[in-house]
Amino acid sequence: MSTPTPVQTKAAKLDVERLRQDFPILRQEIAGKPLAYLDNAASVQKPEAVIQAVERCYREYYANIHRGVHALSQRSTEAYEAARAKVADFLGAEQPAENVFVRGTTEAINLVAQSFVRPRLKPGDEILITGMEHHSNIVPWQLLRDETGAQLNVVPLQADGTVRLEDFEARLNERTRFVSVVHVSNALGTVNPVKEMIRLAHERGVPVLVDGAQAVPHMGVDVRDLDADFYCFSGHKLYGPTGIGVLYGRMEHLKGMRPYQGGGDMIRYVTFEKTDFAEVPQKFEAGTPNIVGTIGLGAAIDYLQQVGLDAIAAHEADLLDYATRQLSALEGVRIYGTAPEKAAVVSFTMDQAHPHDIGTILDMNGVAIRAGHHCAQPVMDFYGVAATARASFGLYNTHAEVDALVAALDKVRELFG
Amino acid sequence: MSDLRELYQEVILDHNKRPRNYRVAEPHTHHADGYNPLCGDKVTIYADVEDGVVKDLSFQGDGCAISTASASILTEAIKGKTVEEAQALFEQFHDLVTLDDVEPSPELGKLAVLAGVKDYPNRVKCATLAWHTLHAALEERESVSTE
Ligand SMILES: Cc1ncc(COP(=O)(O)O)c(C=O)c1O
Repeated sequence: MSTPTPVQTKAAKLDVERLRQDFPILRQEIAGKPLAYLDNAASVQKPEAVIQAVERCYREYYANIHRGVHALSQRSTEAYEAARAKVADFLGAEQPAENVFVRGTTEAINLVAQSFVRPRLKPGDEILITGMEHHSNIVPWQLLRDETGAQLNVVPLQADGTVRLEDFEARLNERTRFVSVVHVSNALGTVNPVKEMIRLAHERGVPVLVDGAQAVPHMGVDVRDLDADFYCFSGHKLYGPTGIGVLYGRMEHLKGMRPYQGGGDMIRYVTFEKTDFAEVPQKFEAGTPNIVGTIGLGAAIDYLQQVGLDAIAAHEADLLDYATRQLSALEGVRIYGTAPEKAAVVSFTMDQAHPHDIGTILDMNGVAIRAGHHCAQPVMDFYGVAATARASFGLYNTHAEVDALVAALDKVRELFG
Repeated sequence: MSDLRELYQEVILDHNKRPRNYRVAEPHTHHADGYNPLCGDKVTIYADVEDGVVKDLSFQGDGCAISTASASILTEAIKGKTVEEAQALFEQFHDLVTLDDVEPSPELGKLAVLAGVKDYPNRVKCATLAWHTLHAALEERESVSTE
């Protein structure tokens, strides 16, 4: 059942200066300073290869898919389905059809909530999540809870921004019907031990969804090695276009699920009395999908595989280490999320200034970060803050950009100190 | 640092560090909570209104320098004014921070230091939160959200 994880070759060092040339948007100044784009957890910039794949489709072979007899429709359909095969390979899925194209992580979670979990819930049943979830992995379950009388159970956060496996296990009980956990926290960077969590849930027969939005851009993921029932991510955080994402689901689950939306492309035969649904995955792809976004996502996956996820992970680990050391040395700076296993996200506050003011002042110095609650208000409440500033890194970031961040924070201190 | 100083003028930094009228006005006849869901800024305004005059005005809250300073300066500017004058000043202030080429009128006084936010559209709500909250309090609505 388990498949070999991708070959772990020793990661070659990234040639970041050369890779930066692949990203046209990075070649600009903001407020007269070179742009340092450190908001990658919100969304990631696009390499030329993705921009060109999108443009080439529109210029050369664009048409609607799965319905035309003509040459362009055929080419578009082939490119669209080729992207599905790339996703399957990228995630280690058994077959391309297990990968449903959706708008993004948010839609994927809602789809599973409505089509898989909802029909299984009775009043008193429980859905288990963790204290570090993004709003998109909280609100869909609250909606279900309110509709079905089920309960939401939450594994508490520890001070370092992790959850303990024993706390997770203690909350798995005979009422637990579903587990939905984030792989990597966007607010704190924490990497959850999802493989272990899945094993514990499966011991009790409970299926698991993993929100991989922040994981897939930074580490190799193998859904069969994890033994995930569902895994989802967004293209725009994976160096791909907006408006496209993936829901991976085990075929046996997808086959048994109700469609999420009704419409064209998801049917086999329609009369006014009755409709036969199409096979998986078309059953879940009602209407004209994001054809060009899907093709762009395929190009992004090609790009990442070419660069090498191991090398990206090593580079980002180095950036995280450097940024953490530099920021910790600044007086008044407090970092939230210090998990031993952590992605390249540094959430912080400064005694001297509010995160919003930090964000504005950094922007005036060409440094783009996010200030706010990061769609994870329960995490902010846990730490007793309304907001944090967050620097998050991608494959194209450099030590010099961390230095620019630190220099701009010095200016914040000068002004507010 | 010139742009920086234009937005973060000394008066703003000062009111942020030492907010005026940062307390619960006792007694008060009106109060309202303001919330900016985008950044989590919160402010509560307390007003004591007698015969149409704002006798006392105070605030408490948690927010950025712009929203804290704006609330603080507001309390100073409005105290002693009639409710009508307060509403008129709100309109003038709103125009100042949202419209191009508005010269601050003399009545705005110290409030004019906030004119710089106009160049930072995502900070305008920080500057107007306290004002929307005051408006809600005077209209006897208990909460307002800047969306
Ligand atoms: C961990 C996590 N989950 C879910 C989402 C939602 O993704 P999207 O907005 O692309 O649907 C995000 C994006 O902010 C995220 O970081």
